[in-house]
Amino acid sequence: MSKGCSLYDLKQGQTARVKALLTTGSMRRRLQDIGLIEGTQVERLLTSPAGDPIAYLIRGAVIALRSEDSSKVFVH
Amino acid sequence: MTIKGMNIHPFTYIEVVILGLTYKSTGRKAVDGVLKIKKLTKNDKVIALAGNPNVGKSTVFNNLTGMNQHTGNWPGKTVTNAQGYCSYNDTNFIMVDIPGTYSLMAHSAEEEVARDFICFANPDAIIVVCDAVCLERNLNLVLQIIEISKNVVVCVNMMDEAKKRGIAIDIDGLSMLLGVPVVGVTARKKKSLDGLMRTVYDFLHVDKQSAPVKVKYSQVIEQAISIVESELKGKYDGEINSRWIAIKLIDNDEKLTESIARHLGYDIYEDIAVKEMIDKAMQLLNENGILPDTFRDKIVYGLVSTAESICAKTVEYKNRDYNSSDTKIDRVVTSKITGIPIMICLLAFVFWLTITGANYPSQLLSDGLFWIGQKLADLFVFLKAPDWLRGVLVDGLYRVLAWVVSVMLPPMAIFFPLFTLLEDSGYLPRVAFNLDKFFKKCNACGKQALTMWLVYIRMRNNDYLIIPFAN
Repeated sequence: MSKGCSLYDLKQGQTARVKALLTTGSMRRRLQDIGLIEGTQVERLLTSPAGDPIAYLIRGAVIALRSEDSSKVFVH
Repeated sequence: MTIKGMNIHPFTYIEVVILGLTYKSTGRKAVDGVLKIKKLTKNDKVIALAGNPNVGKSTVFNNLTGMNQHTGNWPGKTVTNAQGYCSYNDTNFIMVDIPGTYSLMAHSAEEEVARDFICFANPDAIIVVCDAVCLERNLNLVLQIIEISKNVVVCVNMMDEAKKRGIAIDIDGLSMLLGVPVVGVTARKKKSLDGLMRTVYDFLHVDKQSAPVKVKYSQVIEQAISIVESELKGKYDGEINSRWIAIKLIDNDEKLTESIARHLGYDIYEDIAVKEMIDKAMQLLNENGILPDTFRDKIVYGLVSTAESICAKTVEYKNRDYNSSDTKIDRVVTSKITGIPIMICLLAFVFWLTITGANYPSQLLSDGLFWIGQKLADLFVFLKAPDWLRGVLVDGLYRVLAWVVSVMLPPMAIFFPLFTLLEDSGYLPRVAFNLDKFFKKCNACGKQALTMWLVYIRMRNNDYLIIPFAN
């Protein structure tokens, strides 16, 4: 996949691996707590009616992320 | 309300990860004064119950202690520690339900309460409750707690749910790899908790020889840790693992050093020798290109990858596609076309049921209570009691009370079980998921939809309260 692709750009049902987290501070730690680190496999699972947030399958758990956060998680 | 205990198949839990609870919203007070434990006798054993949110920690707590602590699926329900008592064989246990957290590193109010309890309250054992369905993520917290304390017993809950989904967990293997006792339970069934208490009992009385797993970090980090740890070892021999404190000191965790000073009366930063060693360790890390931010990332990486490798050896997914039927339901209840209408219909139905359903019992109750009121008034007349006394007691006190009870009790008795049902089915997080965007526009988050809902019901009840006085 291309270089600047984020979790937010994933299509429904598509799977990718995390390349880097661009968030900082507590949100970064929150994401790391749910197991989102370099190399973690993520699948886009559901989209809410308004298109945001989007739910992802991360290490067996379904996690919903807002676009402002998911767009800062780069994948390949 | 026994609905909690009913066998409802919850679909996979969705979380909306938004930074919600901070000091601002909970207040500092919640964190203070949480270490007080009421021991009945000197031999009582203090057991802390830790775990991620939504792993059935409160079910374990309630079924062990016979209490009925209601906790919900939103953060901040347990910011303080709940206590209960239970006994096994000849020993009394004081169970302390500490707040559910995913980690002990992110510094929310709950995490600080949980960490301080684990570090400073010296519990005899810490039961870490895990969800068998997503064990890997739960292990992150298990490993963090094992780093702090050696008195850990892991309780893998929801074994029945995991089995249903074709997930096989090698409990003995897990126990061997983690180096602590591990028990598999289904907390909804009280009997299965016997095994947990037996293990805890044995752990306290027989074999305290556990050798917990050590999370391995990269070589440079290990070197830095041991520099600080060697200095700490002579000075500080407490229940808290010095290796873990060393990691936190390098990480410059000011909240922890504050807590250590507060609870142990030992200000680490005042200790020049330790400070020197911290600087030395930082310098070593710096030379190797590990800046403070990267250090924390590497620590998390070490934890997550250890959890990953342990799970790879002990968890087997017999049915890779185990989530698919849940996902289909999820697609329907959150889709663009059907999501919102289904939600409105369901919530409208709950309201309708509450409001119309409550009319009948309300009518019955008020008829009954007012009939009694009439008889009471007759009694006063019969006893020739003064009019003013009858007025105050029967017309005033009793009638108001009768009104309030007959009008308020039925809607609450209908609404709250229904609400619990929705909560247990896992639908409420989907409501949050559907509504988040709309709520974001007014600077709130979807989770608050639930609170608003409760407030609405309370407002209605207040209306009712005014009616009898207005009459």
